This record gives sequence, structure tokens and C-alpha cells, in this order.
Amino acid sequence: MMHNSPALVPLLFLGTAISLPVLAIKKTKAAYPVTIVASFGSIIISSHNIFRVLRNGPLTYHFGGWFPPIGIEYMLDPLSSFVALVVNVIAFFVLWHSRGIQEREIPGKSVPFYALALLYLCGANGIIVTGDLFNLYVFLEIFSLAGYGLIGIGEKQAPVASFRYLIMGTVGASFYLLGIGFLYIVTGSLNMADVRNILPHIHGNPAVTAALSLIFIGMGIKMAIFPLHGWLPDAYTYAPSTSSAMVAPIGTKIAAYVLIRILFFVFGVEFVSRSLPITDLIAWLSAIGILYGSVMAMAQNEMKRMLAYSSIAQIGYIGLGIGLANPLGYIGAVLHILNHAFMKGSLFLVAANLRRKTGRSDIAKLDASLRKKLPWTMAAFTVAALSMIGLPPTAGFFSKWYLALGAIDKGNWVFLAVILISSLLNAVYFFRILEKVYLIPPPQTTGEDLRPEARKGWGFLVGEETYSLMIPVVIVSFSLLLIGIGNATIVKEVIQRIIPLGM
Amino acid sequence: MTSPEIYSSTLPFYAVMVSLIAMPLILLSSRHVILREFWTLAASIAKFSLVFLLLPGALAGRVAGFTFWEISPGIALALKADQFGVFFALIASGLWILTSIYSIGYVRGLKEHKQTRYFASFAVCLSATIGIAFAANLLTFVFFYEILTIATYPLVIHKETKIAVSAGRKYLVYTLTAGVLLIAATAWTYRTAGTLDFRAGGLFGDASFSPAAITALFLLFLCGVGVKAAIMPLHSWLPAAMVAPTPVSALLHAVAVVKSGVFGVVRVVGFVFGPALMHQFDLNIFLATVAGATIILASLLAFRQDNLKHLLAYSTVGHLSYIVLGAALISPASLVGGLLHIANHATMKITLFFCAGAIYVRHHKEKISELDGIGRVMPWTMGAFTLAAIGLAGIPPVNGFISKWQLGLGSLQAGELLPLAVLVLSGLLNAGYFAPIIFRAFLKTPTVPYEQGEASPAMVIPLVITAVLSLLLGLDPDLFFHFHRLAVAVSGSILGGIGQ
Amino acid sequence: MTDFLLGHFVYWSIIALLIIGLYGMMFKNNMAKKLIGMIIFQVSIIMFYVASAVKWAATVPVLDPATGVADAAKYISPLQHCLMLTAIVVGVATSGVAFSLAILIHRNYKTLEESDLLEHMKSS
Repeated sequence: MMHNSPALVPLLFLGTAISLPVLAIKKTKAAYPVTIVASFGSIIISSHNIFRVLRNGPLTYHFGGWFPPIGIEYMLDPLSSFVALVVNVIAFFVLWHSRGIQEREIPGKSVPFYALALLYLCGANGIIVTGDLFNLYVFLEIFSLAGYGLIGIGEKQAPVASFRYLIMGTVGASFYLLGIGFLYIVTGSLNMADVRNILPHIHGNPAVTAALSLIFIGMGIKMAIFPLHGWLPDAYTYAPSTSSAMVAPIGTKIAAYVLIRILFFVFGVEFVSRSLPITDLIAWLSAIGILYGSVMAMAQNEMKRMLAYSSIAQIGYIGLGIGLANPLGYIGAVLHILNHAFMKGSLFLVAANLRRKTGRSDIAKLDASLRKKLPWTMAAFTVAALSMIGLPPTAGFFSKWYLALGAIDKGNWVFLAVILISSLLNAVYFFRILEKVYLIPPPQTTGEDLRPEARKGWGFLVGEETYSLMIPVVIVSFSLLLIGIGNATIVKEVIQRIIPLGM
Repeated sequence: MTSPEIYSSTLPFYAVMVSLIAMPLILLSSRHVILREFWTLAASIAKFSLVFLLLPGALAGRVAGFTFWEISPGIALALKADQFGVFFALIASGLWILTSIYSIGYVRGLKEHKQTRYFASFAVCLSATIGIAFAANLLTFVFFYEILTIATYPLVIHKETKIAVSAGRKYLVYTLTAGVLLIAATAWTYRTAGTLDFRAGGLFGDASFSPAAITALFLLFLCGVGVKAAIMPLHSWLPAAMVAPTPVSALLHAVAVVKSGVFGVVRVVGFVFGPALMHQFDLNIFLATVAGATIILASLLAFRQDNLKHLLAYSTVGHLSYIVLGAALISPASLVGGLLHIANHATMKITLFFCAGAIYVRHHKEKISELDGIGRVMPWTMGAFTLAAIGLAGIPPVNGFISKWQLGLGSLQAGELLPLAVLVLSGLLNAGYFAPIIFRAFLKTPTVPYEQGEASPAMVIPLVITAVLSLLLGLDPDLFFHFHRLAVAVSGSILGGIGQ
Repeated sequence: MTDFLLGHFVYWSIIALLIIGLYGMMFKNNMAKKLIGMIIFQVSIIMFYVASAVKWAATVPVLDPATGVADAAKYISPLQHCLMLTAIVVGVATSGVAFSLAILIHRNYKTLEESDLLEHMKSS
């Protein structure tokens, strides 16, 4: 079992996903528990993996016993085990939370939903763990198709949004495929480590440049880098709330991880930042994306759409960190993968709770009755909002801190200004909501007894109705405080161990 | 001078945490008024006692240090109770006890809503203030500085009226922007100097700078801390924030928040840049000019105010720049004067705000024009007001005179006459805008007789205490807390350049 | 020049297919036509790989007992073919998902014209 562990998580999810429709033929209620158990299992395996990797060094697994570069290799190093753990933990909380939501929003479709969610996670984990370029494409497509399904499973506008996402996403994946085709033709290998060794010898070959550009465009579409972000707002807005909560924290991060892996670990820092300065292009596009996303988010009336544009801005931070191509920028980018997964996860879960309680999530209709109806949800929202703005001691402050240090190291003051201005823009649209929730009195009494004395709990600890909706949101959101306070441990123990050579 | 020894101690940690622990207790006691007030008072007394325990060590030159843990590779969230920190912490925590008693009287008198949120936010604010006081490096400082911003917001918007909400927005715009600039300045300093630890005499060591770079960095810092320090033109949030309940205005906007700002200014001038760097690039001239302009303009603007709290706000803006001026002149006496003024202005201003609050609670009057003859029905309150106003105008024997005298001396030591002129003029202006109030209160007869008399003892006793304290500190600056000794020590460490 | 064009005509036709596919996806209003464009786009990439596997005077990568396995130059490279089998399967799956989404869309809105759909989405 020990030496199989890199492959365990994708296979666990794959097996569960395929057997779920069979298991749940008679009892559709069985879908949820099976999924939760699988997800929890993945967390256990991922934690085990990361501790082993940090203690003993990288873990590899060769499929079928075939050695690379002929065989497909799965590799766990500190970066991949870290991202895998983040993805699996967030997915667990979203899945836990989903029980209450998916009955309301997508009635009768719980088995397909959970099967798709498991496939989605299978794809995500496969992408993270694999060391083979084509294998990555396969898992990328599994991941994407499950994603299209998760988004399209909703009502009315969801299939349209999903279809448009499908078209753009397939273009992206196909460009990636074309890119690795070029790479294969000039290097003769599909194994990432092998290609890494061969590439310096074919310096100056235009096919390599073409490959890099195509892979960048492909993953850029999936990552929603400006201006390739067009699919994101609709997809996140019209999908069922719990699908948004699943896709938003994970989807673009996986693409960002692929970009980091291929740019820095396959092509090498030297090539991507000096020979063909694609990192500069990524940095500038990300900076524009940060401002664009923040400004558009301010103009939105509906919470999920606002969060979608906010995601574009946040992905811009990660892109900026990648584009800076120095150690601090890299640390900021990887830390932000963690932070943003938790921030957006908790925010979308809050939006889901709002939708469930009031039937809609329009910002204009928020008022202070929510403070009494959903006190813990709004407290979680407040913590997540403070983190998005970047106030200590929440996690968001620290990713901005590292990115700011990286921008100063690079000597680029524009990027520093962009990072800081976007904090203020974030403050605008989050405080707008906080003001409404905490300060605007409700229009008229709804007849519900909203006094704290009338509800269960004591003092300020008044509970909300459904614990499975309340607890995951609170845990994810308050973890932001823990992550913030403990960020130096994460940076030193994990991220600094895997800074790419050449930085 | 011997360099101070740093010994590890948990006292600074507990001093910061005690009110943070009280916060959830206050939240849990939302239905038990007495319990809630008990937690507040207990936390404030505990906090002050802990800080007071650090005083003997600080006077002897021994610095208590506490490191939480690393918060960024190479930088730790760390506390250091050096002389300057203990000085500020004593003022903040001591005045919190009095403000808590006063608050209890105030909210009971007005039957205020949301008292739980009020007291809980206060607790967090004081935690953050002590954290700022004891911050050992810039990142810890920024950490607590931002927490202070967020913790004060619920207090500013407490009344939840449209004006309060818009004042809160203005407050956030100013303070969050400042926070962001401060973070940029801190990041830049870290990459240039390699360290963020406060060091008396400057932390840059031998790093060389271009004039443009150092001026830009200084401006970033100045805007960062200058908003809370109400340096013009970054001051307009302060009059707007007067919409908050008076105890909030008293403690936070006369003591905790604004003094954190000037504390930050002195830290930046003395412990980040250092006298040498300031002189080398003429940054001190720039700062002194800005401070001087603020003093005069604020005093002039105070004349135009009819709302008592707004007048006090502008007066605060002016007096804060006394401290900034003291820092800018970077001479032994000016630093002593500036530091003493942190303490002296605090006691005097808090008295004035307490009086304003007492008048509002008892008589529901906010405008000066409506205060005819109030001195006769509220003799204790207006007596304290007069004493504090005399001090602010720089007239002995109240403590305001001492700090002003030192500042004037410092101006001469630095070889500048203009600051001296500014100080004298400002004293006259202070007298000019306070005198009519006192005159009205005692010598005019009201058109409509007052129905009530003095405010409740919970409010009157604290304000009398602070007024008497101002007088006593004017007679002996080293009374009780050895403020003068501490100020001299801090001044010496900055100018002597001994790392602390 | 002609050598450049004619010698690489396979790649030029692949590029042509790619552009036709992209054109269909970007500029056609009907969802089904976009889908066709996407499929053409995917086919062009498959052809690219297959074309890269070709060798002079080599036969299909199926074991011929007469030729044996000793000389690899006698068989065109099978790896790309295997990869493309996978890619074709992926393409089929993608098309399947896309078609089911299109059916759902048609069921909900009775139209597959993108401009009409965007109108409907904004209004509901």
C-alpha cells in the first residue's frame, strides 16, 4: 500500500464514481454517505502522503511496473501533495455541505451529482499527481467533462452556461494537447522529468516556443486569465449553488497548478522568464485581470456573479505570483492557491446558504434580518471578507504580503500598486454587503420571532437551523484565521522545499 | 549608556491577551448586564496592572520580550516592552479603566442599544492598542494596527444612523488606504534593510539610498501612520467620527487610535529611519513643516465649530501635531516634550470629552451656543473642563504647560525659531476657542433654565479624576508613572543610537 | 517557396482544419454549428499527431510476421496512434456531453441560436 500511495486517491475516486450509480440503484439516499466516506478517505491518504513526502522525499509510482520514460509515472513532491491535500479538504467540506442544498436546487439528481463530483475529484487528483504529460491531458479532460456536467446539471440557464464553458474549455484542452504534441515531436518523450532533461539540449528550436505558447493559452483558458476568462462569470453564476461551491475553489487552481508545473518544472525558470519571457506576459495579463475582476465585481447585483468576477481577480494574484518568477512571488502564488480555495469555498457556501434561506442571493435585497436568521453564516462571511480584503490575521493578508515582497524584489512598482489597490477595491464590494447585513434594518417584520431569546443556544451562540449547512461554512471560514496565523509554518515546511531551480 | 538587556517574559503577552479573552466572555454575557460590565472592568484593571508590573523593569533599562511565533519566514510576531512601549501602554490601559466606568454610566444613562457589541469591540481595540505599543517589529506593528482599524469600525457606526454609517465609510476609506500604504512601506523596508525590528536610532544600518527612494519611502510611511495621527490633509475622518458615542470619541479618538498614529510616527522617525537618515535627506524639515501647518490650521478651524465634539476633534488634530513636531525636531527636549504630550494631551482631552458626554447625557445638548450658564448646574463637570482647557492652552500649573515648554526648548535646541512661534501662536488660539465656552458656561444666563443638574457619579468621578491627574502631572511629571523619566530615556535612546 | 508549401501540405491542411474549426466555434450563432466546429478542431489535432507518426517506406504499426520486430524503421510510430485512440475517445465523450447539453437547452428554450439564448438568460 505504501508504495502505491500516489495512485490511490485518483483510483479511489474513480472506483467510487463508477460504482456509485450501481450502489445507489435501489437507495438513492446512499449516494451521499458513500461520497462523504470516499472524500474523507482521500483526506486521510493525502495527509499521509504529505507527511511522508516531507519526511522522506518525493514518492513515485510506476504504472504497470514500466519505468519512465516509457511508462507512466506518478510523482508526489511537496508541491503536488500540498495541492492535493488542499483540494481534497475543500472538496470534503463542500460535499458535506451539499446534502442540504442539492435536494432543493437539483431535486432527483443526487446520484448523478455525486457521481460527477467524484469524477471531478478523480480528475483533479490525477492531474496533480501525474508525471506524464499525456496522462495529464486525459485527467484534464475527465476533470473538465465532470465540471461541465456539474455546472450543466442545474436548471434553465445552467446548460447554456455549461455549453459555452464546454466549447471554450475544449479549445483550451485541445491547445494543450497540440502543445504537448509539439513537445513530443522534438523531445521524443512524454515524461515530465525526462522532457526537463532533454529540453536544454534543443535550445532555440521554434517548436519548443510553439509548444510553450500553446500550452500557456490552453491552460490560460482553463485558468481564466484575462482575456481568456469569458466563460467564468456565467458558469459560476448559473450553476447550482453547490456546484459553484465545488468548481470555484478547485477548478482554476488546478489549471494554475498545471501552469506552475509545466512552466517551472518542465520548461524551467530560465527558459520561461529569460529566453522567452512568457512570465512577463502572464504577469501583465494577471495584473490587468486583477483590476478588471475587482472593478467588475463592484458593479454586480447578484452575489454569485460578484464572487465570479472576484475569482477572476484572485486568480490574477496567482498568475501574478507565477509571472514574477522569483521565490517570493512563487511562495505567494502557491500560498494563494490554498488561501483562495478556502476563501472562495466559504464565500460560495455562504451564498448557497443565503439562497436556501431566502430563495435568492441578490445583494440589493440583503438586510439585517439575515444577521438574526443566519448569524453564523454571516460571521463566516465576515471572516472570509476580511481575508479577501487582506486584513491580518487572516490568510489573505499573507498572500498579499509575499506577493508584495516579490513585486518589490522584481522592482516592479506597478504590480505592487495593483496588488494594494485591489485590496481597497475588494473592501468596497465586501463592505457594501457587510453594511447591508449588519446595519440596514429589515423592511417589515416577517412574523418570525427573531429575538435571540426565542432561538436555541445561549448568548450570542444562537444556532442556525441545519447544522450540516452551518458547520462546514464556519469551519472553512475560521480556518482562514488558522492558516493566516500559521502561514510561516506552511511556507517553511512545504512551499520553500519545492522552489523551482533557477529562482 | 548601557544597552538594555532583553529578558523573555510572558507579561507583555498577557497584557495584550487579557482583553481579547474578555471579548468572548462579554459576547456570551449579552443578556446579563452586570456580568458584562464586570468583565470589562476586570479586564481593564488586569491589563493596567500587568503593564504597571512592566514599569520597574523598563525604568531600569530591562526590556521584557515575548515572541509569539514566526509569521513570515524570518519575521516573528513579537512583543517587546521597551520604554516607549510601556509609556504608551500605561496611558492607554490606565485611561481605559476610567473610560470603562464612564462608559457604563453613559450607556446606562442613554439606554443605548447594542451594548454587547460596544463593550466587546472596546476590549478588542484595547488589545490591539497594547499590541501596537509593544510591537517589536514593523510587521507586528502593522498586524495590530490593522486589527485596530477593524475593531474600531463597529464603534464608529454604533448609532447606526445614516450619518454614522457614512462616517464609518469615510473612516474605513482613510484607514484602509493608509493600512495598504503602510504594508507597502513595510515590504519595501524589509527588502531593503533585511530586518523589520525596531531599533532606536534607525534600522537601516548602512544601506544607501537615492533621495527619491528615501523620500518616497518616508511619504509612504507618513501616509500610512499619518491618517491615524490626523496629520493634515489626512485628518478629515476624525471630525466625521465624532458621531460615535462620546466614550468612543474620548478613548479611541483622543487616546487609543490617534495616539497609535503618533506613536507610529515616532517609531518611524526614531526607530526605523533614525535621526541620521532624517537629517541627511531633510525629511525632518518636511515633517516639521507639515506638523506646523496642521497645528495652525486645525486651531483656526476649531474656532468655526459650534458642535462641541467637533471643536474638540479639531483641537485634537492640532495637538497631535505637537507630538509630530516634537518628533520632527529630533532634539533631546523636543522628543521629551513630544512624548510627554502623548500622555498630557491624553489626560486633558479625555477630560474634555468626558465633559461633553456628560452634558449630552444629562441635558441632550451638543452645540456650544446652547451651553449658556451650564457651569452653574454642572459645577464639577465644567470645573474639570476649565482645568483641562487651561492645560491645553499651555498655561501652568496644568501638565500641558510642561510638554509645551519642553517642545519650545527643543525647538531652540534644534536651532529653529519658527516652531517656537507656531507653539506660542497655537497656545493663544487654544485659549481663544476655549475661553468663550468657559465664559458662556459660567457667566451667561440660560434662556431656558436647565432641568437637570450634574451627570451620574459614574460619569463625573472619572472626569474629575482625569482633570486632577492633569493638574498633578503638571506639578510633578514623574508622579505615579514616571512619565518624565521614561520620556527622557526614550529620547536618549533615539538620539544616542543605542539599539534597543 | 513551393517546396515550403507543398512539402508541408499535411501541416497546412491541418492548420486549415484548425482555423475552420475555430471559425465555426467563434463566429457561428447556432450551438450545433459551434459543436461541429469544435469537433473539426479536435479532429485537426488528432490528424496532427497521426501525421507526425509517419515514416518513409514504413507500414502500419501492426505486427507483420514477415517483417518482424527487429527494424523499428519499418513500422510507423505506434505511440501517437495510441495517444490518439485515447484522444478520439475523449472527443466522443465531449461530443456526447455537448449534445446532451444541447438537447437540454433546446428543451428549455426551444432554440439553439446563441443570441436568442443570451437574451433569454438575461431576462429570466
